[in-house]
Amino acid sequence: MPENTPHLEFRDVTKSFGGNTVLNDLNFTVGTGERVTLIGPSGSGKTTILRLVMTLEELTGGYIDLGGNPLQYEERGGRRMRVPDRQRRRTTQQVGMVFQHFNLFPNMTVMENIVEAPIHVMGLKKAEAEAKAEALLDKVGMAWKKDARPSQLSGGQQQRVAIARALAMDPEVLLLDEVTSALDPEQVGEVLAVLQDIAAETDISMLIVTHEMQFARDVSDRVMMFDQGSIVEEGEPDKIFSDPSHQRTQDFLRAVL
Amino acid sequence: MSSWWSWEHAIGALPTLLDGFKITLLATVLGTLIALVLGLIVAIIRRSAPSIVSAPVTGVVEFVRMTPLVVQLVFANLVLSPYVDSTLAIGIWVLGIHYTTYMAEVYRAGIDAVPTGQWEAATALSLPRSRTWRAVIVPQAIRNTLPALGNYAISMFKETPFFFVIYIPEMVRNAQTYGGDTFRYTEAITLAGLIFLAASYPTSLLIRRLEKKLA
Ligand SMILES: Nc1ncnc2c1ncn2[C@@H]1O[C@H](COP(=O)(O)OP(=O)(O)OP(=O)(O)O)[C@@H](O)[C@H]1O
Ligand SMILES: [Mg+2]
Repeated sequence: MPENTPHLEFRDVTKSFGGNTVLNDLNFTVGTGERVTLIGPSGSGKTTILRLVMTLEELTGGYIDLGGNPLQYEERGGRRMRVPDRQRRRTTQQVGMVFQHFNLFPNMTVMENIVEAPIHVMGLKKAEAEAKAEALLDKVGMAWKKDARPSQLSGGQQQRVAIARALAMDPEVLLLDEVTSALDPEQVGEVLAVLQDIAAETDISMLIVTHEMQFARDVSDRVMMFDQGSIVEEGEPDKIFSDPSHQRTQDFLRAVL
Repeated sequence: MSSWWSWEHAIGALPTLLDGFKITLLATVLGTLIALVLGLIVAIIRRSAPSIVSAPVTGVVEFVRMTPLVVQLVFANLVLSPYVDSTLAIGIWVLGIHYTTYMAEVYRAGIDAVPTGQWEAATALSLPRSRTWRAVIVPQAIRNTLPALGNYAISMFKETPFFFVIYIPEMVRNAQTYGGDTFRYTEAITLAGLIFLAASYPTSLLIRRLEKKLA
């Protein structure tokens, strides 16, 4: 059950690319342990929101706080100050991200992919990191491939390894950006099943972008419908999917379901 | 006796040629090492250092690349010989730095070819910049560039005869000297050419095989 303390907080967030404003004055929070799914038409800014949290994009205006700590910018003495890189990295260490195209390191084995950050960021001993990686690989059903290279795996298998890699950093927030949309249809199920297990067994906060509406319905505490960088409506999945209040949500759901 | 080819002179030239070949080989190996290491450093600086640092580096690199190796050898020898005892050392550094500029370009292309998703995955794992370069980017960049780096090594090997302009006794210079002493140039020069061929041809075959394997 989600608590009410905000874990992730967007305050007056603005993001532009060149002159093109993609997010305009966006405000929302994600509670500790809460699972929030973002839906909305292509180009509505869903990926941009996740990339801002991961500091893959620089905020144009406003603030994002994580567990009370400023992520990219902070207000000090009435001025908006950039958070230094080192401190940014310390804060984003609590955030994990799984990408649409997996982005495993092709020059490393499955095991090396997973222990890389625990060893070199968290400072775990190699043996410790490997024991932990084994357990995670077991959980995603990939322990038998720990010495394989990513190029020897199917898309679904690579994505399961990528999920284990993100979890190996003990993230408090997990960002999932259309993690099944690059997969062959027959591999979608195995990845969603793994994510459902993780959602059931952990209390990691999640920010999810997906076109898998059944999955969204199953794991989400809340669904937010976006259009053109603004929240059209939000609510519990049953409400949004069965009885949306807005015409735009109805049109969008009719198009994707 | 005045036939165009004399086995006696061919055999007579061999020892001095092989002495020269050792120098040629040494210059190639050390020059390649210098170019491999400095080239990577230059490529990383140009990609990631602030422009106060990267702009002058780019300027020097362009200058070195746009002037002939022979001129650089003569110039460096002129300037440095009062301070450096070994002409060979000067020659090797000039050769290595000259090829640094080419290898830096090869590395740059290799680095650019690493997908942005790799950088983003490293950021998502909070890997420090230095670790991202070392563990993720450089290994992938080098893999793409190995054949090109090998070809430049061969090309360096073939350019070592330019060392004659600063009187380093590499193989071709020794062949000339032998010819001057005995008035028989054909055998020594021919053998020098054959030795070059014997060394670079198998190497280029090896590189082609490597290329196929990596493709
Ligand atoms: N690096 C960029 N440079 C310029 N424009 C960008 C960049 N990244 C995103 N955009 C623009 O920002 C807008 C929002 O993009 P975003 O990827 O966040 O949408 P999305 O909701 O994830 O869409 P989709 O469902 O297609 O993935 C789009 O109009 C896109 O063209
Ligand atoms: Mg997107």
